[in-house]
Amino acid sequence: MNKNLFKISPGFEDIMPAEYRELVHDGPYGKNLGVSDLGTFKELLEEHPLCAGCGLALSLRLILASLPNPEDTIIVGSTGCSSLAFPQVGVHNIHSLFGNQNAVASGLKRALKLRFPEKTKDVVAIAGDGATADIGLDMVMHSWFRRENIATIMLDNEAYANTGGQESGMSPQGTVLYMAPKGKKFPKISLPEIAREVGCAYVAVGSPAQPRPLEKMVRRTILVAREIGPTYLQVFCPCPTNYKFKPQETVAKIKQREKEGTFQTREYITLEAQKLLTKLEEGKK
Amino acid sequence: MIEQKIVEPEYLFFQADREEVFITGSEALKEAIKRANVDMAISYPITPQSESMHLVGDLYVEGYVREYFRGENEFAVMSAVAGASMGGVRVFTATGGPGTLRAFEIFPAWAGARVPVVCAFMTRGVNSPLSIQPDTIEMAFMLHTGIVMFHAETAQDLYDMLLKAFVIAEKPDVHIPVGVFADGFFVTHTREKVKIDPAEIKLPPYNPYSSPVPVMDMENVPVRHMRDPFVMKSNFISYAAHASWQQEILAAAERARKHIHKYLGGLVETENEEAEILIIASGTAVSQSREAIALACQEGLNAGLVKIKSIRPFPEEEIRKLTQKAKAVIVPEFNRVGWLCKEIKSVVEDNTKVVGGPRVFGGMTMPPHLILAEIRRCSQ
Repeated sequence: MNKNLFKISPGFEDIMPAEYRELVHDGPYGKNLGVSDLGTFKELLEEHPLCAGCGLALSLRLILASLPNPEDTIIVGSTGCSSLAFPQVGVHNIHSLFGNQNAVASGLKRALKLRFPEKTKDVVAIAGDGATADIGLDMVMHSWFRRENIATIMLDNEAYANTGGQESGMSPQGTVLYMAPKGKKFPKISLPEIAREVGCAYVAVGSPAQPRPLEKMVRRTILVAREIGPTYLQVFCPCPTNYKFKPQETVAKIKQREKEGTFQTREYITLEAQKLLTKLEEGKK
Repeated sequence: MIEQKIVEPEYLFFQADREEVFITGSEALKEAIKRANVDMAISYPITPQSESMHLVGDLYVEGYVREYFRGENEFAVMSAVAGASMGGVRVFTATGGPGTLRAFEIFPAWAGARVPVVCAFMTRGVNSPLSIQPDTIEMAFMLHTGIVMFHAETAQDLYDMLLKAFVIAEKPDVHIPVGVFADGFFVTHTREKVKIDPAEIKLPPYNPYSSPVPVMDMENVPVRHMRDPFVMKSNFISYAAHASWQQEILAAAERARKHIHKYLGGLVETENEEAEILIIASGTAVSQSREAIALACQEGLNAGLVKIKSIRPFPEEEIRKLTQKAKAVIVPEFNRVGWLCKEIKSVVEDNTKVVGGPRVFGGMTMPPHLILAEIRRCSQ
């Protein structure tokens, strides 16, 4: 994106909304900022309407701060809690329907390749666990089978949170939620392993409890998708509202689950992706 | 890519020297897409549509279409089509029958997102037990999705309507999807004479920045930045925003009328419209009606014909005026529910004179004698 495009014309500064002025003057576009710069620039997410202590909102903030190329990134979202936050995000983002984010992203990425063959346009699908692992699973997996150059990020709050807390395929076995009144009968879907098996070049599981490693994963997810093929990042975002813990305990919850062994951060990187990342990350040093 | 000369749409539609060829409806679709300057096409098989998207695949190989792939199901294909269109390219797909219903959730979303997608619908039955036979029942479901709907009578119509659909869909004051419907098998699989433009010319490319909504390419201001999204808010401002958006989609279809007049010569065509008995039909029911009218004429019975080309927007005023003096209005249809009859009854002043039928469905043909019997009955 050419930054001149969204500069405010002389004389109009005072009538533009404050958050727009701030984005123009202090936004992250073209500045190569990251998580450690948070607090020094205008974030892409302008407030948000999500619950206090929402793990998803925290993750989304960190993900947006980690985008390697925000000025040329287009996000495809889906219905769910995150769709309440996306209208307030300062990069182009699409909400089409529930679960079709990877199909929309496939068409979008190919269209942008046709229109901007010389330019990098990152397309990132960011959706919840219901949208990614349940209702949209076929479209997620087929985008991987087709080797689309898109990054898929799941915000895993282990439930359909926006509809009031129903069981999803990503809820842990035994959890009592709506539509699982006797507890969930089957284990959490192992989508990272599925992603690895179907050929995602880079797969990772992270959480907002570790912002720096999460930032690294986000960047790797997008950079590998850009150059090699589909990638998958699963971010554990506990939901205080539906899992009924105190908003200030979100990060502690992640650490507790890690201790119990029911949440593990991990990365699966193909040789090809590893070569690319080594080159890119060495170049950065 | 193959070199073709870009010409003004008016030249391509009305002035270029056309050659007459003897081809099927599916082949006519190929000839239209060849001249439509399509960037991307996404396919999924379903009878009786499959052949048309095979032929578009051939166009991709030949260099007339820049990108082409097969999606995993109709909902996914239509979603990918939406993504491509939002990314600023001209995109085409086709489906039919159960495929239309499998994808159904996307059509109002297309209209709401103002994507100028053109989609061909090769209609067929959707019932259980399984049928692959001709039936226009899916159009009943499509009436309120917000998309513009044209109904082709012939392969010639299909060729012309597809090319014109791109131009109308992409008008900045319209900019909503256009569906071109053709009766499966009757149009897609039969040969007829079709006049086509030289292959060396094509439509001008789509200009994504003519869109009334931002192109999702980060080459224009990320204006969707807003403080208080009204997606689920329970307050009046939110309701008003959604209500006005829905009205704007309807208004966009209304604004298409003038373009339909310019490019298609109106929403209806008439033959002998002064007759006391009028047959009003769309699609191949028009051809059968024309045959029936010729038979009636031999018996000294006088019947006229109204062919509806645009189902959405619907020619309310045209039908109201045309039917004022008629003694009886006959509406033959290739479906069980009689959706066209209902549409017509809703606009004719004295709708007791509207005869719903004959109707055939499940793949049946419509012998002109069935329509002739109605003409005879109405003449008594």
